[in-house]
Amino acid sequence: MFRITKFFSCSSLARLKHTLVVVEHDNQKLSQITLNTLTAATKIPKNETVTCVVAGAGCGNIANEVSRLAGVNKVLVVDDSNLQGFLPENIAPIIVDLQKKNNFSHIAFGSSAFGKNLMPRVAAMLDVQPVSDIIGIDDENTFVRTIYAGNAIQTVRSKDPIKIFTVRGTAFEAVKPDSAASPAEISPAGLTATATDKAAFVNQQLAKSDRPALNAAKVVIAGGRGLQNGENFKLLYDLADTMNAAVGASRAAVDAGYVPNDLQIGQTGKIVAPELYIAVGVSGAIQHLAGMKDSKTIAAINKDPEAPIFQVADLGLVGDLFKEVPEMTKMMKKN
Amino acid sequence: MSLRILVGCKRAIDYAVKIQVKSDLSGVVTEGVKHALNPFDEIAMEEAVRLKEKKLANEVIAVSCGPAQSQDVLRTALALGADKAFHVEVPAKEYETLQPIHVSKILAKLAEQEKVDLIILGKQAIDDDCNQTGQMTAAVLNWPQATFASKLQLKDKEATCEREIDGGLETISIKLPAVVTADLRLNTPRYATLPNIMKAKKKPLKKFSPKDLGVDITPRQEIVKVCEPPKRQGGGKVASTEELVERIKKLGVN
Repeated sequence: MFRITKFFSCSSLARLKHTLVVVEHDNQKLSQITLNTLTAATKIPKNETVTCVVAGAGCGNIANEVSRLAGVNKVLVVDDSNLQGFLPENIAPIIVDLQKKNNFSHIAFGSSAFGKNLMPRVAAMLDVQPVSDIIGIDDENTFVRTIYAGNAIQTVRSKDPIKIFTVRGTAFEAVKPDSAASPAEISPAGLTATATDKAAFVNQQLAKSDRPALNAAKVVIAGGRGLQNGENFKLLYDLADTMNAAVGASRAAVDAGYVPNDLQIGQTGKIVAPELYIAVGVSGAIQHLAGMKDSKTIAAINKDPEAPIFQVADLGLVGDLFKEVPEMTKMMKKN
Repeated sequence: MSLRILVGCKRAIDYAVKIQVKSDLSGVVTEGVKHALNPFDEIAMEEAVRLKEKKLANEVIAVSCGPAQSQDVLRTALALGADKAFHVEVPAKEYETLQPIHVSKILAKLAEQEKVDLIILGKQAIDDDCNQTGQMTAAVLNWPQATFASKLQLKDKEATCEREIDGGLETISIKLPAVVTADLRLNTPRYATLPNIMKAKKKPLKKFSPKDLGVDITPRQEIVKVCEPPKRQGGGKVASTEELVERIKKLGVN
């Protein structure tokens, strides 16, 4: 197939696209963003096949789960203890080898901490200028993304023979689990992983929560500097419990040490677009708006009527959050 | 241990400026607009200078790629504590299509020439929001990478980095030479003092062209158009907690 494509470079075979999706997971659980990335892959015009690569250490269950997602044609697995820790130094060469063997036209990653860390390393190894955090696909060479903290939208056409990009999760719907008519073929990729001696994974400190994840919740409640300290965030958690909401924060709240960094929403934190975003004690700086202005409905509570957040809010309440939020919680419970 | 550190310094529109899209949709208005050293690069610079103050590094080199005005941020970097600066001059027109792939090759070449042990870059530039250059530079050099670093500790020729990731924090250990990209909470940068700004004028600033470094800056991407995002209505108000709760319940999201 590869040789034929090279010989008849003008044939219709050469114009068909084949996409590789790099699956994100932790060996136990599939990351939500892979479901959005998969949708983006299926939207590439003239795309013929979608291959998913599952690279990890003890990732057989993930491969099974991925094979049952609609839109997946093939699953390639690299299951190797050398991939413990998911270091980009170890995974990037695998992706590069896969590319050399299969000649994909597109390689897609989710725009998460994992994807952002790995994708550009892969791109440089293939001498490709990648496209980060796409929100749209105009054609097989042309992608849409935001710049200047979402204050401008840029459309870029890539001239590289391979298009490599990360996908913004909120811009594409998630493929539903178990949606495939029949499971895709799963096969070992036939590649060995080597563990670099230049880097080592030490540990992770992850937040444990029963609450919905920020990128999956229908409702997000975010706290800013107005909360004044970490204990006061309990007010938001209590409200969140009445709505099965996730809790996030502005950079100011994280910098001040009120809450850990994984709650940060903004230009350089998480980008969310829930059905309802409630900003409490958040002033609404440009950089924060970048992380939430695509939310369907925005509510805001702030004692400052001039706070910039009110310019984007649909439901703005000028008031003291320490009075308003507990009252809201009481009323929400009366259901 | 006396490390040589290279810090990337990009001149970008100041974070507080409200940007304007050009009427011909070719880009964003930059002429006459306030620019500054990219905030993440300030943090990178601060980290390098602290390593010098701790006597772990003995030379900090600031590098900027761009037209003549890029020298402004190099002067800032020198005032903050860099020992010397390199300006890789790229004329304004070509600068519009200078991409991370080009910058990474330029930085890699300079790092090799200067026998650098550590490259510290900001994790992303607040203009293009790419978040690519650090990772690409590491790949070109085949060095390990520690991105989104919120803590950096050096011992012998090894760095332990705490990184900010989606679920919390991750700690990795990397061997030098390596590339680190600075995240928001790595440190709080200092301000350049007036005496240091004056002293900076005497520090060396050397000019290169991409050609001098053997880097081809032919664009790999064409900017088709740049437009404004859809306007959000906003300004909606509710008069009371009751009204807010009523309107929320009507949305039926919980």
